[in-house]
Amino acid sequence: MSQTQSSTSRKPVRKISSDSVWVLGADMTHFGRYEDQDIVDLAAQTALAALDDGNVSIHDMDVLAAGTLLKAGTSLGQRLQKQIGQTGIPVYNVTNACATGATAIRTVYLAIKAGEADMGLAVGAEQMGKMGLLAGAHSSKEKSVYEPKGRYGAVTSLDGYLGTETMPGVFAQAGMEYANEHPGVGFEQFAKVAYKNHLHSTRNPLAQYRKAFSLDEIMQSPTMSYPNTLLMCCPTGDGAAAVVLISGERLKSMPQDVRRRAVKISASVLTSDPYTESSQVQPDVSTLTRNAAALAYETAGVAPEDLDLVELHDCFATAELIHYDNLGLCEQGGAGDFIDSGAPFRDGSTPVNVSGGLISKGHPIGATGVANVYEITTHLRGEAGERQIAGAKVGLAHVIGLGSACGVHVLEKAAV
Amino acid sequence: MQIDPTPQIPLVDYLRLDKQPHLVANECTNCGARFFDRRNACAQCGLRQFTKVPIRNEAKLKSFTIVHRAAPGIPAPFVSAVVETKDGTTVRANVVNCDPNPDVVRLGMPLQLTTYCIGADDDGTEAVAFGYQPS
Repeated sequence: MSQTQSSTSRKPVRKISSDSVWVLGADMTHFGRYEDQDIVDLAAQTALAALDDGNVSIHDMDVLAAGTLLKAGTSLGQRLQKQIGQTGIPVYNVTNACATGATAIRTVYLAIKAGEADMGLAVGAEQMGKMGLLAGAHSSKEKSVYEPKGRYGAVTSLDGYLGTETMPGVFAQAGMEYANEHPGVGFEQFAKVAYKNHLHSTRNPLAQYRKAFSLDEIMQSPTMSYPNTLLMCCPTGDGAAAVVLISGERLKSMPQDVRRRAVKISASVLTSDPYTESSQVQPDVSTLTRNAAALAYETAGVAPEDLDLVELHDCFATAELIHYDNLGLCEQGGAGDFIDSGAPFRDGSTPVNVSGGLISKGHPIGATGVANVYEITTHLRGEAGERQIAGAKVGLAHVIGLGSACGVHVLEKAAV
Repeated sequence: MQIDPTPQIPLVDYLRLDKQPHLVANECTNCGARFFDRRNACAQCGLRQFTKVPIRNEAKLKSFTIVHRAAPGIPAPFVSAVVETKDGTTVRANVVNCDPNPDVVRLGMPLQLTTYCIGADDDGTEAVAFGYQPS
């Protein structure tokens, strides 16, 4: 991997280097519930819109990556092609927990970097409906005789007996571990994250929910897994997003008005969790995010203070708070002060999740990692309407899926 | 007449129901990393030899959540926790014999391993789980 120097005095993008990769077209559907459409409809709708946005067609694509978690194994990519164009190009159906969308983008990115493709389409889609809690056991009613099974020799499901496996609980524990290490972080700081993201979502016409709540309403809403209340948890829902990527070499030959709207991918990083002692019994969502961020900043030659906006993986309010620290947006250990100071609000020093985040914009899993790249791209183009961060030039999109996988993309506004 | 004791089985195979119940881990003989699951190789150093080691029963509360909304069939609320044992091993378990209230459950509080029956199967064998209670 080429490594550029990390510097706060970063030079603006002046020309299109041949080996660079760019976002040419981008789209996301409204996130919500689609009872009359299926996942292929959602994927097709957003794929066609992203192609139109880049002023290209499916016949220009050399590669397609399609991401879904819950419909993995159903050949979403090929089913999408049958609706929008069967051109015979390689299709990668990808799944990587909540980092599925970012993995689809990175799959196309790598194909371009490898010189196999000049242009490619990455799509993420999910149809979840109202499915309630993800993960966690469902008790069996059949006749039972205890018999040790699996890697732990367990005689029954362990969820609820040896801690929780539900997502609000797992991420609550991640936040409370941070609170344990950093006094001054507690329920109120976590709740402020949700207050901010619900507030931000009122400006986003694509968000699943667009309602602001008071801090008190958030803290008083039903507890899911303390400290995460209902309004501090992302909803389930349906939606899709797509991006068209293009090589720098190919972009040079595109019309000026198309080039002008292209956004540079200055870093595309995917990590998994390295060995840590504590991650053997509960997911460690921090170490791999720290590793991904460090590599992304180094590769892009960008420092956290250069970021004009960040879309990070706020599946739960407790998660967003610790990622302020993991992504280096605040002083080490300073995530509580960071939210208390107002820094991640849209009028603060580092706006975070101005889309409303997963908490209010929604989290159709496979779409999420593409949708946050769409969000950054839209701001860097100056096309985000009422939620536009004025003059945005550099942004970062982060997702994490348990298991774990972390995707980070750093995007920069074109100066061509 | 002597009554046979009720047969028991541990919830997981790394719980040993001796006179003094305790956990055992697979410890890598090379780097000392500890694991509770069946191993193929060490996740830290990649080598393949392990030895069984007992884990201390004294622990402190490293993180917790109070689960109010659980999967069907799981009684709630309950305190789910990550604890660090006195010998530095991280364990996931419930905090038991403790009011599930954030004013009562305190980060860093000292805990002690305990066991309890979670039910019996159709042959009458009791499954025994472990948890940590305030000490």
